[in-house]
Amino acid sequence: MRYLPLSDIDRGQMLSKIGVQSIDELFVDVPQEAQLTGPIRELPNHASEMAVERHFQALAAKNTVAGQVPFFIGAGAYRHHVPASVDHIIQRGEFLTAYTPYQPEIAQGTLQMLFEFQTQVARLLGTDVANASMYDGSTACWEAISMAGRITKKKKAIISSGVHPHYVSVANTMARFTGDELLTSLPSLDAPLNPEQELINQIDDDMSCVIVQYPDILGNINDLSAIANKAHDHKALLIAVVTEPVALGAIKSPGDMGADIVVGEGQSIGVGLQFGGPYVGLFGCKAKYVRQMPGRLCGETVDASGKRGFVLTLSTREQHIRRDKATSNICTNSGLCALAFSAHMTLLGEKGLRNLAMVNHAKAVKAADRLCAIEGVEMASGHFFNEFTLKLPRDARAIVQELADQNILAGVSLGRLYPKSEGLDNGLIIAVTETVQDEDIEALAAALEASLMGGLA
Amino acid sequence: MKERDLNQGRPSRIFDTANDSAPAATFSGNKALMLDEPLIFELGSSETCGVDIDAMEPVKSRLGGLERSQVIGLAGLSESETVRHYTRLSRQNYAIDLGLFPLGSCTMKHNPRLNEKMARIAGFSDIHPMQPISTVQGALELIDELAHWLKTLTGMPAVAMSPKAGAHGELCGILAIRAALEARGDAREVILVPESAHGTNPATAAFAGYRVEEIPATQGGRVDIDALAERLGPDVAGVMITNPNTCGLFEPDMRKISDLVHAAGGLVYCDGANFNAIVGRVRPGDLGIDAMHINLHKTFSTPHGGGGPGSGPVVLSEALAPYAPLPYVTQTDDFFQLVEEEQSLLSDSDTFGRMTAFHGQMGMFTRALSYIMSHGADGLKQVSEDAVLNANYILRSMDDLLDAPFGHSGPCMHEALFSDKGLADGFSTIDVSKGLIDEGYHPMTMYFPLVVHGAMLVEPTETESKDALDNFIGSFRTVVTKAKDGDKSLLSAPHFAPRARLDETAAARKPILVWNEPEATEAAE
Repeated sequence: MRYLPLSDIDRGQMLSKIGVQSIDELFVDVPQEAQLTGPIRELPNHASEMAVERHFQALAAKNTVAGQVPFFIGAGAYRHHVPASVDHIIQRGEFLTAYTPYQPEIAQGTLQMLFEFQTQVARLLGTDVANASMYDGSTACWEAISMAGRITKKKKAIISSGVHPHYVSVANTMARFTGDELLTSLPSLDAPLNPEQELINQIDDDMSCVIVQYPDILGNINDLSAIANKAHDHKALLIAVVTEPVALGAIKSPGDMGADIVVGEGQSIGVGLQFGGPYVGLFGCKAKYVRQMPGRLCGETVDASGKRGFVLTLSTREQHIRRDKATSNICTNSGLCALAFSAHMTLLGEKGLRNLAMVNHAKAVKAADRLCAIEGVEMASGHFFNEFTLKLPRDARAIVQELADQNILAGVSLGRLYPKSEGLDNGLIIAVTETVQDEDIEALAAALEASLMGGLA
Repeated sequence: MKERDLNQGRPSRIFDTANDSAPAATFSGNKALMLDEPLIFELGSSETCGVDIDAMEPVKSRLGGLERSQVIGLAGLSESETVRHYTRLSRQNYAIDLGLFPLGSCTMKHNPRLNEKMARIAGFSDIHPMQPISTVQGALELIDELAHWLKTLTGMPAVAMSPKAGAHGELCGILAIRAALEARGDAREVILVPESAHGTNPATAAFAGYRVEEIPATQGGRVDIDALAERLGPDVAGVMITNPNTCGLFEPDMRKISDLVHAAGGLVYCDGANFNAIVGRVRPGDLGIDAMHINLHKTFSTPHGGGGPGSGPVVLSEALAPYAPLPYVTQTDDFFQLVEEEQSLLSDSDTFGRMTAFHGQMGMFTRALSYIMSHGADGLKQVSEDAVLNANYILRSMDDLLDAPFGHSGPCMHEALFSDKGLADGFSTIDVSKGLIDEGYHPMTMYFPLVVHGAMLVEPTETESKDALDNFIGSFRTVVTKAKDGDKSLLSAPHFAPRARLDETAAARKPILVWNEPEATEAAE
């Protein structure tokens, strides 16, 4: 077996050093009836590199690769170009095969990277501080709700209809067990384009927090200042969720508009699609709440000779010290994805991120104009960044499937996100990033047009 | 000298320099290959960009007046500078690729590069989680295939694939237990956790709304089964037992514990962090457990990446399977379906809900399956046997010098536990750790588990050769001997690392968590 270096001669020598006759004597604590006698028969034996590769290639060939077709899917994960050097950097063995930096003297590489990541994230989100990352945006969102509960000592929260339904689902799942009360609602294709207005009217003194998404699930962007003020009037926190961080290169940050905690999905920058994971949760907040934050934090300090260095810090919040009194049960972060994020962000810089964001917006505007020119297609979003929702004349699910059969990945139907919800079936969320070419937009428009004509006939 | 003039210093020669000493410092602050590196904010500028972005004709903005007017404050570097920055940083890290990494309970084994290659096949890395199901059949098949391996290796009927890491897997198992108990109208409020448990166990139970009570350990480092039996009752929802446990010992009474808990109406969570010791040799399902997470980043060698991402699928018993979280994969004939909220509504399922936005750590599934297929059933059995052999070899090569609190009672599993007993006054486990750094090793896990004073938990894993173990043992013995002899140089170790000991107290007292421009700092002071 190519990964196991011991020879039978080594094993023999080691057994005699230990003072036993056979390996079985080392498993003496395992009751006999629980021990298997040989390799598990239902499973195949070891395979060569070539054999494994053949198997994987065969499976991969059954999937439609996003980069090989006109591609417009977003709704919480976005296809952006990742520079080649990012993947090279994360494959450096010293990053790839390192552990959590608990021994800072020999982990400054990871620690300094995390400190840079925290700084980039905090600046992007408009918060004072940010942590060293969470699993993903959805779990970061629940952690934020839970944190707001600790800060305000209240157990009721209101979630905007604009928040990704899977994030709402994660929060509902947790709230069911923690006894938190969550008020939720569904978006609408016809309602006012600013669902936050409705939300504002519902905020009361019992609420620990208000959760909004920016840009929201339908792609809308709305000013958060009014809702922040209203929340603060009632001693509630405003939590903003960002699932497309590239947007923050073009539009104001949630922190600048008064959000107290800003969480996000960092996948767009550096990480890639990967069928849903691993991704990287972003988590930033105001400095005064830092001791209530979940997850790892990296901080600056000095070593015994006075040299600047970095360490994991404020760990008295964490499970390995506080056990059942910890702010969260989270242990790991998403270190390597944070590195990918940070390296890509470093390549972009201020100027690059702003340019990238404006290219995304311009392409989305172009696509929106082209698609809305099709008879029967209406724009259901107001102001948007790189994603918008169309209202089609019939169930968008069938159309998405029809176009997928023609190798066009058209977007996400609201029917899939909101099953059995009246009035949403005809909605289609379309994301347009820098990876979309003019001919892709034309291909989508032509196929959609043909499909709708067919549907009318 | 004349000869030297003629060849202008080439080839280089060694002169007698006995009376010269090395300079105390260099102009750059670097020491040859030991290179310090500033922060990107100190190196870069807002105008520098390492990506060429195609220009676009401007369009009329639809941003609704929300255009960002303020500076974000990001620093950019060109590609060449970026690659150099991270390469220089990387050299300040210890890693498995550099040497033996004996962190107990973390299972730092070799990360095969085939796994990296497989994860990067575009058919897996460049597909979107919300693509139509018909366009991701190969991805769902891969998840199903990995699920089959995990179920068969553990002897359990079901597995939830979506948890993002070990602690997230624990949460999944505990929520399934809670959902199952609630479904039978039996609200219970307490989860019992042995005192030797990893911190995530009590934190998870509390995060899921349970009260946590500790069960003491016996002198032999096992769960005190009498204390457990005494505490069981109608308010106990279940237990969380790590097996093999955090002392590196198998819990021989696991089956009995399961039976006792079940008889009292509770359910059994097994922390599978140490599955590496028994994979292919023991099926936890044969021990009566109801749920166990598997750290793909430990047993199945997906890279730790400097602290994640992990992946923590949870195998479930018949009793808990109906409550598994969404989404999950099912197969009908040749078609793989992803059961999300819609299908779940249609089938009236008992799922406890959703734990994450999408389907779990696909990038880790590909790597883990590549690892598992490479080993096969025979190789995996060899994995656990070699892991246990290597740990016992270290145990018996050290226990004449260093206190092994449970070493007298028999062999250990995949990790060997030592205590600080016998070190000179004023010397502690941390000094041994820092001494090992100077020897070129990452230290073992220190001060965990809590049941042993000054714990040193050493897990070599199966991917170390006998020579590598012998070299490590040589260093470990040297450092321990210094600590027993009271060699003061150890107290200021490490001496040869990129940094000396860091002031963690100062870092926590006045946290600096983000970089600020020096001007701004001065103004604030």
